Amino acid sequence: MIVAEIKAIDAIREMIDRYSTILVVGCDSCVAECASGGHRETMLLAAALKLSYAKDNRNPKITEACLDRQCVDDFIEGIAHLVPDHEAILSLGCGAGVQALARVYADKPVVPALNTLFIGETEMRGVWQENCLGCGNCKLGYFGAVCPVTRCSKKLMNGPCGGSIQGRCEVRPDIPCGWDMIIKRLEALGELDRLKEYVAPVDWSTSHAGGPRRVIREDQKP
Amino acid sequence: MKTESRLEKVLKGGHFAVTAECGPSKGADVEALKKKAEFLRGRVDAVNVTDNQTAIVRMSSVAASAILKGIGLEPVLQMVTRDRNRIALQSDLFGAYALGINNVLCLTGDHQSFGNQKQAAGVFDLDSIQLIRTVRDMRDKGTIIGGEEIQVPPRMFIGAAANPFADPVNWRVVRLAKKIEAGADFIQTQCIYNMERFKNFMQQAYDMGLTEQAFVLAGITPLKNAGMARYMATKVAGIEVPEKLIDRIASLPKEKQADEGIKIAVETIEQVRQIKGVAGIHLMAIEWEHKVPEILDAAGLSQRPEV
Repeated sequence: MIVAEIKAIDAIREMIDRYSTILVVGCDSCVAECASGGHRETMLLAAALKLSYAKDNRNPKITEACLDRQCVDDFIEGIAHLVPDHEAILSLGCGAGVQALARVYADKPVVPALNTLFIGETEMRGVWQENCLGCGNCKLGYFGAVCPVTRCSKKLMNGPCGGSIQGRCEVRPDIPCGWDMIIKRLEALGELDRLKEYVAPVDWSTSHAGGPRRVIREDQKP
Repeated sequence: MKTESRLEKVLKGGHFAVTAECGPSKGADVEALKKKAEFLRGRVDAVNVTDNQTAIVRMSSVAASAILKGIGLEPVLQMVTRDRNRIALQSDLFGAYALGINNVLCLTGDHQSFGNQKQAAGVFDLDSIQLIRTVRDMRDKGTIIGGEEIQVPPRMFIGAAANPFADPVNWRVVRLAKKIEAGADFIQTQCIYNMERFKNFMQQAYDMGLTEQAFVLAGITPLKNAGMARYMATKVAGIEVPEKLIDRIASLPKEKQADEGIKIAVETIEQVRQIKGVAGIHLMAIEWEHKVPEILDAAGLSQRPEV
């Protein structure tokens, strides 16, 4: 899923202070799972904004809504009846949600309430871990299902750097060394031999380096 | 000989090699660079020119290497993959060779979060082993990445780093083997303070026949005082300084600590010379280049071979 964090109220206000009617729109998918943009967070953010404006003796119209998904047109249409009455949309979707709303409601300013961070997993309640960079050429099968591109701070493909100490990354001790994880996992699986082979430079053209990516499948089109 | 490198001649001639390190200026100060380098003239076989080490912005290692070459020293150009993609790295290899540089040390580099540009994007398009292979393919096949042929390919004597003190410990010699397999002609190790661990590492390398395939230069960094010893032990990635070594320096009054640090360095050099497969030393006297002659004299390494 996509993991995001809510921005500070001040940073949000800096973007929306110029409007007097604001539609605050949550997204009940990924960002609900990471407790940053679902129903509950949308309600809390709207309340926090009202309080913040009240302190400044301002009273903009703030309306809340939440979509099941902000990144799919069929769902986005769910707020069509509310949009005309508001000057701007404040989205608690990920970066994709914000841009999808802006494409559909082309005449409305749409501003983000979240900082979109990464593709990751809920490791435990309250802990989300980045584990995929979306490089477009998955090699997890060679690395014991631990991604060197994502889990190694230097994207090393041929083993750990000299800064790996006791399973910790040189960047920060709270980052587990991705290569330490790869080696331990392959050791446990009896597949350490996979790591002796030279791994050629990564083809980044399938990643964002090749420009914004787009998947077109004729068999899926209406 | 694979190259015109002086270092290659020294090592292949069976001489115990001495390399040192010279960090370029933080700025464009050519005189400061030359002044540092003068302490090394005639005392070492080659001088490593660091590439924005610890991710601190400094004069480019290609430019500084060319300046040293111009005053008659033999530079080992250090190149990290942190700051340049494969286009820039290969282009700089062409340029470096065109400027008369014959040795390159291929590194990944310290992460940018250590330096004075913490907000920089780390490139890491290649890793150090891929860079080694790239330089070797240029020299031995005359091709760049992707297989395209080039005119006048750079012929570099190829170095790599090895850190016997990092983890996972059983992986260290495997990584060394990978670097040699990729094309490393010589290896310069991380600074050695834990002699037992270094001996074990070298024994494994020797047993695997790796010291027959590449020349290993043992890394030596003299400790200037107890503060530096503690800093190296706790703040520098991948360096291990045993507690008793720190105590040995810290137990002395401040004015005697530098001499003790030099004494330890000399003892370390004497010990590594006894280890099978050690072909030389790499003396990294950080901002202490003027002490290099004293250390080498004390270690009985005053004379450099004529090659």
